[in-house]
Amino acid sequence: MTVYNLYIFDRHCQCIFYTEWNRRRKAQMSDEEERKLVFGMLHSLKGLCEKMSLAGQADNIIAYRTSAYKMHYYETASGLRFVLNTDPNVGSMKDILRQVYSQIYVDYVVRNPLVRLEERIDNEAFTRALDRYIRSLTVFV
Amino acid sequence: AQGEDVWRTRVEKINAELFTLTYGALVAQLVKDSDRDYADVNKQLEKMGYNIGVRLIEDFLARSNARRCADLRETAEVISKVGFKMFLNITPAVTNWSPDGKAFSLLFEDNPLTDFVELPEDAAGLSYCNLLCGVLRGALEMVQMQVECSFVKDVLRDGEPSELRVKLIKILEDEIPVGED
Repeated sequence: MTVYNLYIFDRHCQCIFYTEWNRRRKAQMSDEEERKLVFGMLHSLKGLCEKMSLAGQADNIIAYRTSAYKMHYYETASGLRFVLNTDPNVGSMKDILRQVYSQIYVDYVVRNPLVRLEERIDNEAFTRALDRYIRSLTVFV
Repeated sequence: AQGEDVWRTRVEKINAELFTLTYGALVAQLVKDSDRDYADVNKQLEKMGYNIGVRLIEDFLARSNARRCADLRETAEVISKVGFKMFLNITPAVTNWSPDGKAFSLLFEDNPLTDFVELPEDAAGLSYCNLLCGVLRGALEMVQMQVECSFVKDVLRDGEPSELRVKLIKILEDEIPVGED
């Protein structure tokens, strides 16, 4: 089992962070195009879930799985979206993504007054803490 | 209650007097810098509060695990019982709803910012806690609610309690990616 890559999108639909671990194959398009497609797909999926919902309110997307990978999704009330791709056999990463938000993003980005919000995260401390955390997971091999 | 739990287990405390005096020093410096232009001080405090609010909301969500509220009534409860509780250990009363349900007041019986404070004679125009208005505006904007906030009654001028009026202007739409609709 392993972890492939992570995207963070902000409330303006912009990809503010991307990193990858064991990604073996590049997509056949530019990075920018790939990020837009990922966001667009999740946006559409969310719209579909809203329309199909039995509960009468928006369901939360947690993950979807293909034969080759599993995409985990976590969205905050403030509109940040964390998207993590892993091996298809990995269990729920909901708490892990929540942890990335509440312990790593909040600590190293929000609480760092010199980091400007809603811009690309270019912050060594954040990148290092994230890398350390993901590599420490049991699913990361 | 949720706010109580978060306050007890997930918030690092600091000395309240240090906090009160630090805020006092900040306001005093603004008054000095603006040459006693109190309207300008109010504006600066609101702006600072806004900048705090847009960050504080993430801290709030991370600690409280709160979801988006169904309506303004729920929002008001969460602001009072979770937000104010978590950060200032106070629970202002939610009251004075407008008939259309789009405005309410928070009443502060207790407010650590104003402990020890007495306003000088000429400072009637100063809204001493105006920072809080900005904090609420900034934080709520990040969860897609555009509001206007102001103190309509101030304990330092009009006696207890202070009354902070929150008015919902509109619910902001979530942004959608370019090329979709």
